[in-house]
Amino acid sequence: MDVSWKGFFQRSKFTLSQPHTLIGILLVLLLTLFIVIPFLQMVHETMIWQEADRRISRAADPGAWTLFHFKRIFSSPLSVNIFYRPLFHSLTTSLTISFLAIAIGALMAWLVVRTDMPLRKTIGIFAVIPYVLPSYTLALAWLDFFKNERIGGAAGIYQYLFGVPTPDWLAYGFIPIVVTLSLHYYPFTYLLVSGALVSIDSHLEESGEVLGASRPTILRRITFPIVLPALLSSFILTFSRALGTFGTPYFLGAPVRYFTLATTIYSNITNRTPAMAYISALVLILISLFIIYANQKVIGSRSFVTIAGKGFRHRQNPLGKWRYPALALVLSTLLLAVFIPLLLLIWQTLMLYPNDYSLGNLTLHYWQGKGNLALAEGESGILRNIQILGAAWNSIKLSVIVALMTGMMGILIGYAVVKGRKTRLSSLLEQQSFLPYLIPSIAFGALYLSLFTRRIGPMPPLYGTFLLLVLVCMAKNLPFSARSGISSMFQVAGELEEAAAVAGASWFRRFRRIILPLTLSGSVSGFILTFIATMRELSLIILLITPNTRTLTTMTFRYVEQGYSQFADAIIVLIVVLVIGGEFIARGIGKREMI
Amino acid sequence: MAWIELENISKRFGRVIAVDHLSLDVKAQEFLTLLGPSGCGKTTVLRIIAGLEIPDEGEMKVRGEKVFSSREGIFVPPGKRGIGLVFQSYALWPHMNVFQNVAFGLQIQKKDPGILKEKVITALDYMRLQGMEKRYPQELSGGQQQRVALARMLVTSPSIFLMDEPLSNLDAKLRMEMRAEIKRIHRESGATTLYVTHDQTEALTLSSRVAVMDRGRLQQVDSPLKIYKRPANLFVADFIGSPTINFIPGKMIVKNGKPFLEGDHLLLPAPPMEYLSGKKVTVAIRPEDIRISKKEEVNSISGEVYSVLPAGAETTVQVRKEGLLLNIRLVEEVALEVGETVFLQLSKDSMLLYDQENGNLLFPPQD
Repeated sequence: MDVSWKGFFQRSKFTLSQPHTLIGILLVLLLTLFIVIPFLQMVHETMIWQEADRRISRAADPGAWTLFHFKRIFSSPLSVNIFYRPLFHSLTTSLTISFLAIAIGALMAWLVVRTDMPLRKTIGIFAVIPYVLPSYTLALAWLDFFKNERIGGAAGIYQYLFGVPTPDWLAYGFIPIVVTLSLHYYPFTYLLVSGALVSIDSHLEESGEVLGASRPTILRRITFPIVLPALLSSFILTFSRALGTFGTPYFLGAPVRYFTLATTIYSNITNRTPAMAYISALVLILISLFIIYANQKVIGSRSFVTIAGKGFRHRQNPLGKWRYPALALVLSTLLLAVFIPLLLLIWQTLMLYPNDYSLGNLTLHYWQGKGNLALAEGESGILRNIQILGAAWNSIKLSVIVALMTGMMGILIGYAVVKGRKTRLSSLLEQQSFLPYLIPSIAFGALYLSLFTRRIGPMPPLYGTFLLLVLVCMAKNLPFSARSGISSMFQVAGELEEAAAVAGASWFRRFRRIILPLTLSGSVSGFILTFIATMRELSLIILLITPNTRTLTTMTFRYVEQGYSQFADAIIVLIVVLVIGGEFIARGIGKREMI
Repeated sequence: MAWIELENISKRFGRVIAVDHLSLDVKAQEFLTLLGPSGCGKTTVLRIIAGLEIPDEGEMKVRGEKVFSSREGIFVPPGKRGIGLVFQSYALWPHMNVFQNVAFGLQIQKKDPGILKEKVITALDYMRLQGMEKRYPQELSGGQQQRVALARMLVTSPSIFLMDEPLSNLDAKLRMEMRAEIKRIHRESGATTLYVTHDQTEALTLSSRVAVMDRGRLQQVDSPLKIYKRPANLFVADFIGSPTINFIPGKMIVKNGKPFLEGDHLLLPAPPMEYLSGKKVTVAIRPEDIRISKKEEVNSISGEVYSVLPAGAETTVQVRKEGLLLNIRLVEEVALEVGETVFLQLSKDSMLLYDQENGNLLFPPQD
């Protein structure tokens, strides 16, 4: 090996002459700026005195090092209320939600993929809808139904029907949070497990049968172990989402002072004790890290490749007399998770006076009425309301820009990672792009808040700008688009690109004529996912929104806080319409592009 | 004149040494095949020549011009080396039709549209792909895709063809047909061709010279016949030929003034290599060079028929002698029963002797 300095320079010259290395270095710098540095900054802020600490401690010396925040959160008389109880709530709700969501999702996947249950195909399509709805849709519908007078405003349908106030335990806190979020998150499991079930060749099960194993034994010894990795991935995905979600626990928990870590982060920020919020965020990140680490230990390399190529077939397990009971169970789950809540929300938006469920009370006032001072402080219907329309425009603009930019980033990351395979740069980039996945949404918002409220070098403070929302949404959605970019690049960045290189095409030409056209059609679904995720995003941006940059989701939040449920619900309905419309348009474009 | 010259080329991937100080000259207009088991580095060599991999060290010239030098910091990118390349997967662009696929290289060279069209049509005609211009790669059969890949390589008339296992995705019948096609293209174009394969029949039938590789190193570069008849070492002897060559380990001894190989329970007359007496050697003998007989003869060794594998024109018989299992290829029909005792005559004229220590050929001497 040529060990001289000259040789070293020659080699680095060759390395740098490769476009994927240059792109890789650029991306690593970008991700460092927008993901790694915010993280470090957050850790730093927990350890220095803040200006706002003067209110709570005389020893406060803004800018100096201190462990004050850690002591206060972990070992002070306040700790139980500000940390340990919320932590306990976070863990118990997230765990319960994960188990319920996995049970529902896995059962539904098995019924749809591997049994002869009637209407399987249709159910397969509807099963993923809860994922499309904003996570707190069910929370708002729940409030419409079970709300009692505790939080002011009119009581829900329950009280109207039964004449007694809803007990607190049913209206707020653990039970409603767990029920609504399980129904929201089960599609993760459904998608992952049905994917795994589809990839199992029936021969694997039949070989068991030939050896004389009974049905339950086959299910337990063959099918279950094969889908186990998918179940564990579902657990991580659901658990970390549930841990970081803010909307539902806030709407359903805050009225009875049932706080989780995610909601204490929010209240700490609004109470101007950000350091406390950052410590809670760090705890959330640590829990996520631990779960992912444990999962790596358990699954390790046990992700099975079971796709058997040709001769691949499925056999449906006959359910016999359980066919219709199974169907009834699945249909009622879908009704509870999707149709009833949406109907409730729509009905709610049509009620002139809350708590009056008669037909005569129906109105379109909250949709298109001119402001009436007797109702909701004279706010006009949402289709005439400048603020709401502005927010809708912001939401659409944000979602489209973020989806496009994130998709592009994903393609570039995929290119640099795949082309540079087995180099340190490539694995660094891959790890960096995965990092946001570990950070719960609300914590991610807090990170950006801590970093971008001030000037950094030549960069002006970004707080309050639309750009900041774009950046935070891009960063948070990056893991998914990077994944899909990497996997689609595996087919494209190899010989297909090299064939063009041999023909003499420059890098830009190769990218424009070969790589981009071939990855774009595969990116449509990634685009739609990011679009939807951004459209209904609340936890991530709630801390970063200013009146100029309001989105629909944050408007809903405001209206819930003010108790105008008609407006809040109408906006949710609007979001659902936009999400579904956006998906249709994107699919249409995708189809045309795919020849 | 050497058309492609590799000098001391090395390439590592992490800790794996894919190509280890390799030097090789490819002569103008010759058809040279890189042959070796998977993972031996042959594809890496081809990719280095194409400019798709940058070696860690060494020098390389194409048509006398330096295209790579680690010392001088020279690296000429693939598009500027005047080569054509056919990939194992064909690498046809799925979003372009046949015409667009073939025209791409000419578009890059900014050819005038009239000339471009004419050249593409000529190349497609030459590969018998008339009327396929508008089809997309997914709509073609494997053989047709292969032809498009060849047309795409031919259209810019490069003076060097590189082919990376181009036939490995085709079925046996098509493979025969395409072999003839590739031979025709080489003959008619006169382009220097470097061909990579792990299929020895392909290598032996197509090439003017074969370069056998193993673990990143060249083992032997010779004419196909030489490679078959005089493998330079045990690896080449074992790799080339099907059924595989027979190895009989033993020690050279001299008995009554004549050289013999003394193995386990056998004594074979050996070639005149008395000076090697006492040395541990391995005798290699091709399956077709062993005669089989039901009667005992002078110097024959006895064995038991282990299996009989008829394959139409020829039959492979496996005979067990103590710990050895010998392959014998027979062209004539012989009625043999499994378990029957037979006698084998190993002609000492067709024996190859290898040094057990370093695996190199001792006899017949290399010329």
